[in-house]
Amino acid sequence: MTKISMKVNGEAVSGEVEGRTLLVQFLRDHLGLTGTHVGCDTGQCGACVVHVDGESVKACNMLAAAADGAEVMTIEGMAAPDGTLSVIQAAFQEHHGLQCGFCTPGMVMSAADLLNRNANPSEAEVRAYLEGNICRCTGYHNIVKAILAAAATLRGEAVAAE
Amino acid sequence: MPKDSGIGASIKRREDVRFLTGAGNYTDDINVAGQTYAYFLRSTVAHGKIVSVDTAAASKMPGVLRIFTGADFEAVGGLPCGWQITSRNGEVMKEPRHPILASGKVRHVGDPIAAVVAKSLAEARDAAEAIGVEIEELPAVVDMRAAISGAAPAVHDEAPDNLCYDWGFVEENREAVDAAIKSAHHVTTLELTNNRLVANPMEPRVAIGDFNRASGDSTLYTTSQNPHVIRLLMGAFVLGIPEHKLRVIAPDVGGGFGTKIFHYAEEAFCTFAAKALNKPVKWTADRSEAFITDAHGRDHVTKIELALDKDGKFLAIRTATLANMGAYLSTFAPSVPTWLHGTLMAGTYTTPLIYCNVKAVFTNTVPVDAYRGAGRPEATFQLERVIDKAAREMGIDPVEIRRRNFIPADAFPYQTPVAVAYDTGDYHATMDKLVEIADFAGFEARRAESAKRGKLRGLGLSSYIEACGIAPSNLVGQLGARAGLYESATVRVNAAGGIVVMTGSHSHGQGHETTFPQVIAEMFGCPEANVEIVHGDTGRGPMGMGTYGSRSIAVGGAAMVRAAEKIIAKAKRIASHLMEAAVEDVEFANGVFSVAGTDKKVDFGSVALAAYVPHNYPLESIEPGLEETAFYDPSNFTYPAGAYAAEVEVDPETGAVTLLAFSAADDFGNVINPMIVTGQVHGGIAQGIGQALLESAVYDANGQLLTGSYMDYAMPRADDLPMYAVDHSCQTPCTHNPLGVKGCGEAGAIGSPPALVNAVLDALNAGGIGVEHIDMPLSPSRVWAAIQSAK
Ligand code: FES
Ligand code: FES
Repeated sequence: MTKISMKVNGEAVSGEVEGRTLLVQFLRDHLGLTGTHVGCDTGQCGACVVHVDGESVKACNMLAAAADGAEVMTIEGMAAPDGTLSVIQAAFQEHHGLQCGFCTPGMVMSAADLLNRNANPSEAEVRAYLEGNICRCTGYHNIVKAILAAAATLRGEAVAAE
Repeated sequence: MPKDSGIGASIKRREDVRFLTGAGNYTDDINVAGQTYAYFLRSTVAHGKIVSVDTAAASKMPGVLRIFTGADFEAVGGLPCGWQITSRNGEVMKEPRHPILASGKVRHVGDPIAAVVAKSLAEARDAAEAIGVEIEELPAVVDMRAAISGAAPAVHDEAPDNLCYDWGFVEENREAVDAAIKSAHHVTTLELTNNRLVANPMEPRVAIGDFNRASGDSTLYTTSQNPHVIRLLMGAFVLGIPEHKLRVIAPDVGGGFGTKIFHYAEEAFCTFAAKALNKPVKWTADRSEAFITDAHGRDHVTKIELALDKDGKFLAIRTATLANMGAYLSTFAPSVPTWLHGTLMAGTYTTPLIYCNVKAVFTNTVPVDAYRGAGRPEATFQLERVIDKAAREMGIDPVEIRRRNFIPADAFPYQTPVAVAYDTGDYHATMDKLVEIADFAGFEARRAESAKRGKLRGLGLSSYIEACGIAPSNLVGQLGARAGLYESATVRVNAAGGIVVMTGSHSHGQGHETTFPQVIAEMFGCPEANVEIVHGDTGRGPMGMGTYGSRSIAVGGAAMVRAAEKIIAKAKRIASHLMEAAVEDVEFANGVFSVAGTDKKVDFGSVALAAYVPHNYPLESIEPGLEETAFYDPSNFTYPAGAYAAEVEVDPETGAVTLLAFSAADDFGNVINPMIVTGQVHGGIAQGIGQALLESAVYDANGQLLTGSYMDYAMPRADDLPMYAVDHSCQTPCTHNPLGVKGCGEAGAIGSPPALVNAVLDALNAGGIGVEHIDMPLSPSRVWAAIQSAK
């Protein structure tokens, strides 16, 4: 067992984990942050995406011990403390970018990472960036629309409602 | 001006807030105090005799509570099958036992041999590795034609020829169909495969069994589309637990697409083990485990013949299909290639004579059952493919040949020769809409532009119909269903006017918590925010049949309307007392009861309060309270229909297909929330495109699943798909349910595969490459090989 500590969504946390414990297991099972999901066992689906030190990471592909000392952001940390949705979250609701919601946390975290890197992505760039996030429900149309709309809002442009 | 409330409004979904903030409550998010963990040791061979299972060493490993084997489940029932099909010779189908844990033999890779329950998942897994299993491997059979050849090993002793049933429909038409085909001006024949798929909802299956020794109650938390049905099947047929001692809870469900309808062994195992150990038992599937245990979909091999007269009018259809059942019969499996398939072979056309033969075959593969569309995509695919081929052979435009054969709009209700009677439809209207939104007029110019770049452009279409709103119990009973297929709802108006609807339907992404309140808001003249939906818990609502077959709003919504109508009728009587008026004179609109021709009025909230605080109340004639339940069993299926088009570009050098545009014109009857309906169509189209271009569950000859992870099974990603043009403005409301709705969940997956394949073949043939058919998925290598062999 190893003792680890990190900041998750701004709060200092610590725990005892086995060497084989994955970051996603630490978040879900030790911290009870069940918003981060597990959709596969081969690192393909992206349901588990979180940010570690500001970059998106598949939490099923990182050992908890490797995140010792890091700053981790999960879906639970994306809305404002009063519950107001972030621009990206609000755009997903506005554009019906989710159905069952299982892929959604990973999609939102990936979208945030994309828009951090590229404030004005094209539709093709959004689609290419989402290569590592699988959604089985939406056919992606509305996810892509939501991310493009969120990007425009974050750039301060008016977005036509739908 | 779009509505912002009630039926027809594109209200934003209320469930989104929890899903977007990580506050969803999926089954794996639930942890019961003191829970233990189950891990299944599964067969790595497709067929074999279990010689011995030695658990002695493993049982002593740290954390292990108990190891179960097949012997522990010999006294309980096998997993039941919900449909019984009768063969042409009058014999009922072969229905071999499907044990909770394999006993005697394993019959597919993934068949569970033993299950370890331990204090942690890691300990359970470690112990499973220490179990000594000796299996005498037997030859496996994977290919359906080989399975029924007479030379194959038998998957079950009860079915030595691997035949589950041999079904003919409509048997009385067989000779007339044969004669019509023999004497027809033209017959087009096509042999095709409907590729095997894995549904792959993003949430893997989970089951948690819990037992309360004090009360004797069992609770199962499970990832299910229909918890009430699981309670019925598992309680009555497998474990023998009476319904009042068993509660099944399916909280937020992360997608299902059919594969979470069925009752699975792990559900029964966790419930059984929780009682045996007096401890909660949790099991969560890995994705790799899901691939070899979730029921697969499709997997048909069909020969279809279409007879036409000289003008291209359809005279008769004859089909012969082999349908893979896998190693055991899953809950709905026998109904999929028969009653959900043969009955749809008329499509949107007036073909007078139809005969289908279906042989259902056991193989050493994962069970096959309903997947989005279930039988109807298979029917549509073969029909729309053979029509396209006939059009090409006879030199008729593909739109024109369909129009010549459409059931005309004035012919409804229309009795087909395959048992079902369509209530409403207008297939020319959806075709007109498709031709408009897909810009057929501009296609030749776009094709010429592609040609300049050395690419072959193609446009393909399909016209589909489906039978949805799956119900009428008396009809499905005659067809072999062993359960009723009604739906239920309780509407509870609380004293202060807040409304709770308990529905037997369940949502696995369809947004019922948003759309169902829209209907109540419309009926009661209240804001949607006053209405709460309760579902997915057998302990909190009346027995219902769940969500599949695009039935939730058409059957579950209708039950809710019926219950709400009872509420309004009772509330009118209470209001008549309060206003001292005759009940016949009481009117109800916009949440207010009034008396015609007077200024007397009383609002809905005051009536609700009076019902629960009956101080001034006609207690001698009306009971207090305001709560009503309805069970709704419709008189017919609903028949959504539409026309779809795909536009593709094929690279003749590599065989790569690029999907440029996809258009869908659907008739769903009335629509409650257009935004959600559009989203359902998007998702269905994406799965249909996946089937046509990317996905395939592939077994090797030994029964090993070669496509057992997302590294090998090609799930559609965002960059595989275009934006879609979707329209549902053509609406012929259903005439036999109170909302006039038809259902929209499966349409996209039904109409899209043939449109895609037809588009690729159009590109090739118009480019001078004569290819008649390519089986799905249309991978570059398959398309390239077809191009080469045509040269
Ligand atoms: S769970 Fe991490 S990529 Fe699928
Ligand atoms: S919304 Fe269900 S998987 Fe994306």
